[in-house]
Amino acid sequence: MSTPDLVADAVVKRFADHVAVDSLSFSVERGSFFSILGPSGCGKTTLLRMIAGFIAPDGGDIAIGGKSMRDVAPNRRPVNMVFQQLALFPMMSVGENVAFGLARRGVPKAERVKRSNAMLERVGLGNAADKRVDELSGGQRQRVAIARSLVLEPTLLLLDEPLGALDLKLREHMKIELKQLQASFGTTFVYITHDQSEALVLSDHVGVMSHGRFEQLGTPQDLYYRPQTPFVAGFVGANNRIVGRTTHTDGALAEIATTDGWVVRALKSGAIAVGDVVEVFVRPEVAILARSAMELPPDQPRHSGEVQSVLFDGANSAVLLQEARTRREFRIALPQTGQFSDLKPQEKVVFSFDPSRAVCFTARAGSAGQDA
Amino acid sequence: MLKAAIDPRWHGRLALGLLLAPALLWLGALIILPHVDLAVLSLRERVGPRQYVASLAQYKTFFAEPLYWHVFLRTAVISVIATFLTLLLAFPIAWIIAKLARGRAGSLLFIICLIPFWVSETVRTLGWMILLRESGVLPALLVKLGLTAMPVELLYRDATILVGLVYTSLLFMVVPLVSSLESLDNTLIEAAYDLGAGGFATLRSIVIPHAAPGITAGCIVVFMLTLGNYLTPTLLGGKNSQWFTEQIYTQFITRFNWEQGAAFGFLLLALSTALVILGLRLSGQRFGDVMRRT
Repeated sequence: MSTPDLVADAVVKRFADHVAVDSLSFSVERGSFFSILGPSGCGKTTLLRMIAGFIAPDGGDIAIGGKSMRDVAPNRRPVNMVFQQLALFPMMSVGENVAFGLARRGVPKAERVKRSNAMLERVGLGNAADKRVDELSGGQRQRVAIARSLVLEPTLLLLDEPLGALDLKLREHMKIELKQLQASFGTTFVYITHDQSEALVLSDHVGVMSHGRFEQLGTPQDLYYRPQTPFVAGFVGANNRIVGRTTHTDGALAEIATTDGWVVRALKSGAIAVGDVVEVFVRPEVAILARSAMELPPDQPRHSGEVQSVLFDGANSAVLLQEARTRREFRIALPQTGQFSDLKPQEKVVFSFDPSRAVCFTARAGSAGQDA
Repeated sequence: MLKAAIDPRWHGRLALGLLLAPALLWLGALIILPHVDLAVLSLRERVGPRQYVASLAQYKTFFAEPLYWHVFLRTAVISVIATFLTLLLAFPIAWIIAKLARGRAGSLLFIICLIPFWVSETVRTLGWMILLRESGVLPALLVKLGLTAMPVELLYRDATILVGLVYTSLLFMVVPLVSSLESLDNTLIEAAYDLGAGGFATLRSIVIPHAAPGITAGCIVVFMLTLGNYLTPTLLGGKNSQWFTEQIYTQFITRFNWEQGAAFGFLLLALSTALVILGLRLSGQRFGDVMRRT
């Protein structure tokens, strides 16, 4: 196996009152799309800026392409960055923007023009070289920003939430385009975002970051189906969260009762003993909704509830229930069969879920009292 | 009349006219009228007591007498040098205020630049004289440090005039530079570094093009102030200053030759206009853009 393009080894960054990046180690394989996913303030921007070289780590080391980047200035690193606000140079034409890095490397003018035009061609902007930056649409600017970096053939391309400023439709489109660009160039991408859908769609591997640490590092499928911490379960994808105390364990499964007496069963993640306070996560699409108990799978524990509201969103439609006894909210994805299209608020329904597809964790400190 | 009172469009125009009236009055009465009068003055010649004829004699005298156009050119050259030095000195100051100092430190630095202007220009210039004259502070210090054997007269030199002019003009360069540098997005600088540019390349290809309107505005203001300055060159340069505004003063006040003085005034106006246009051409800026950015 070739050397990874990016290796972070126990990287630490402290600011006056808090640790932004807390002894983080990971590596990114050559040619892969790696995302760092986390809420704002989790330290992901700090991490990216350390990789780019704009801030120096307080401890640990970052190696790019097998070489330590300690004391290497940003303009000497084999890394380029696509900024959140793109930072295209308004005083230059599109072609000059793309050729800027080549000019700094002393590439002769004719060669520069040839290479920047070829790069613009590849990102589908073959005739835009003479345009001004402000004549381009949001998506076109995005492509110029990427072309400007990729023309330098960096070992690593860093992307700092580049889709954040775009409207939803364009964002969906650019997601696909980014993935195709990455596949066709084969450059290693390190992408930071707070949008879990971007991270899941685009990445080969995702690191979920919180408070300066990776909660979990894995493929998008791992994060979604096999979350290892309550934070990941809560942050990646929609999830119903139920807090309660373990009353009974049975092999891989545990039975949990909430303080107000709702009993659910879920798969144990880590060591969980009777009496432990745990958080249970159930994905909306795992639960099955029915109008009568007869329609539910016979081997699953049954629950009943009352429709609170129907959340219609095309293929992502869901229904928000209140569990019959405890009035706790529970969200279930509606199947696409149209079977529940006439569902009304206050209607009484039943639901169940496969306990082996729900997961429970020992509750995080301080979260035991909060209810989902 | 009634219609005008009712129609909202007329209201708008009336309000605009009233709002503009003080400015138009000021422009007309204090700038255009005197200049028209001066223009008429400069284009006549006295042929006898209270007898004048129209002629270009005043302008001919200027070109015929080497002293006049020598002083004229010298004033222009020193003003250009002073403007350039002011720019060199003001740029780092503006950079620190706009980009490096945070919050209150920036305002504090700005106030430090402003404070000297609370004192009148005369007093400030006299301060320089106290520092620089032969029996002054700086020559005494040089002797004490053993750098010169005798106290040196530091006044009445071209360099002294330049120091005074730069000092007087600094604020007028710093203000437009700060505002144009503040509007420069820091990520553009980071992006330039990220793409492999060093400090100089970033300055040349990102910072200066962005700040160009501010730089041009500052240079125009400083150049005009310097060219038309009377006090600083006269006090710091003494008899050697040979500043063109002194020639104008002499014609009006000492010689009582208003016709000649008016002609000189117009020549100075033509000079500053010509150089400003030249500067705009060279920097590729448009006057309207520059003034809007200031």
